[in-house]
Amino acid sequence: MSGVAVKFENVRKIYYLYTNVGFKEMLLHPIKYRKEKRKRALLAVRDVSFEIKKGESFGFMGPNGSGKSTILGLIAGVLKPDGGSLYVNGKIAPLLELGAGFHQELTGRENIMLNSIILGMTRKEAEKKTEKIIEFSELGEFIDQPIRTYSSGMLARLGFSVAIHVEPEILIVDEILAVGDENFQKKCIDKMLSFKRSGITIVFVSHNIEQLRTICDRVAKMDKGSIVSIDSLD
Amino acid sequence: MDKRTLVYYFDLITVLTKKEIKVRYKNSALGYVWSIANPLMYAIIFYFVFKIIMKFNIKDYSLFLIAGLFPWQWISNSIVGSAGSFLSNASLIKKVVFPRFFLPLAQVLNDAFHFIVSIPVIVLFLIFYHKYPSFDWFVWLPLMLMPTFFIVYGFSLFVASVNMFFRDFQYLISLLMTLLFYLTPVFYDLSFVPEKYRHLVLINPFTPIITNWRELFINNTVNINNYLLSLVYSVVVLIFGFYVYRRLQVRFAEII
Repeated sequence: MSGVAVKFENVRKIYYLYTNVGFKEMLLHPIKYRKEKRKRALLAVRDVSFEIKKGESFGFMGPNGSGKSTILGLIAGVLKPDGGSLYVNGKIAPLLELGAGFHQELTGRENIMLNSIILGMTRKEAEKKTEKIIEFSELGEFIDQPIRTYSSGMLARLGFSVAIHVEPEILIVDEILAVGDENFQKKCIDKMLSFKRSGITIVFVSHNIEQLRTICDRVAKMDKGSIVSIDSLD
Repeated sequence: MDKRTLVYYFDLITVLTKKEIKVRYKNSALGYVWSIANPLMYAIIFYFVFKIIMKFNIKDYSLFLIAGLFPWQWISNSIVGSAGSFLSNASLIKKVVFPRFFLPLAQVLNDAFHFIVSIPVIVLFLIFYHKYPSFDWFVWLPLMLMPTFFIVYGFSLFVASVNMFFRDFQYLISLLMTLLFYLTPVFYDLSFVPEKYRHLVLINPFTPIITNWRELFINNTVNINNYLLSLVYSVVVLIFGFYVYRRLQVRFAEII
């Protein structure tokens, strides 16, 4: 399996929609609660199989709710499959949502330290990278301001800058490039392309067909939890 | 576990705890004062009600009060506060794999930190009553911190995990903690409780811990039987907390 970064075999993921079923229901109507629970099961990923080779850039596209993000969650290891088997080989860095794991009251610099360590760096490693991260983010003097004063584009810069400095073997990118100005988007794409050249596996979800075409070797089209087709882009 | 992993875990818990402490003091001019204001306020209220109005017969009652209220503040803040430990970090839980039990741990360590920095206030009260800490504190402070930390962390893990599935749980818990406050000898002495009801207070896992903290602060010693009992309680609670956490955490990322 040495040439394989990610392998899914008949992976299935079921969500139970707990939100409306509270403590009260469980205590007062235990039987109804169990039934409801089963009724609210949602098959988010239906027996999906695919393989991503080491160094490959693999894209996912499809409408909202088609299971793209669930697959990324399964690759990242935050979700556990309910059936089938999956294999992931390599250190993973997810590109987080805007400002995920950031704290509004802390400065950009403090958040870099916090986020770097959460993403897997030790303090020493993070300290060595901080200046590079700041430089890449182009945030200049804003870096010592609390990030609640940042615009969404600035937050994206900060988040992206930290994630790409984790030195991942597998980079997971979930629609993050929709934000940030054009210049920074281009810079991010360039960085991803340079990652690609250095042999890093990229898993990329986007609605933007242009971006997918620029970065990915192959793209899986998804619909209703299944992969409809996997196409090579050359 | 290799050395890098250990260093990493240490760095992770440090950075998370520091974040909690920093965030608490950002934008607050009085910072430290606020963390002791709450127990001091309670001390004033109870002093007024029980010493002045009800004429309780406890020696050095204000000292007696704060020696119990300060550790209680840690216990109560952590357990009630932990309800949000996972919920408020939704984006991390959904995207990043890391030991999630560090999130409530950071909360508990933050409150532990505030408890420790409030100890000098207790010392001031001691001096006021012409009492002085002895060298035994160096032995007993860490020995007391251990079961307190275990029991608080155990309950916090439990509350934080269950609250992911039943958001009502946090209201139930703050209600229960209020009830437990009155069932713990914080502002009264265990000897005041009629024989008939004493088991209610003794079965409360916080009773031996709070009475021993007070014993240590005021009399520079602890009751060994109570200490052993608190160790047993705290280890059981910690194991229970981890057990519930492990059972529930598998589905954290999908329900948040």
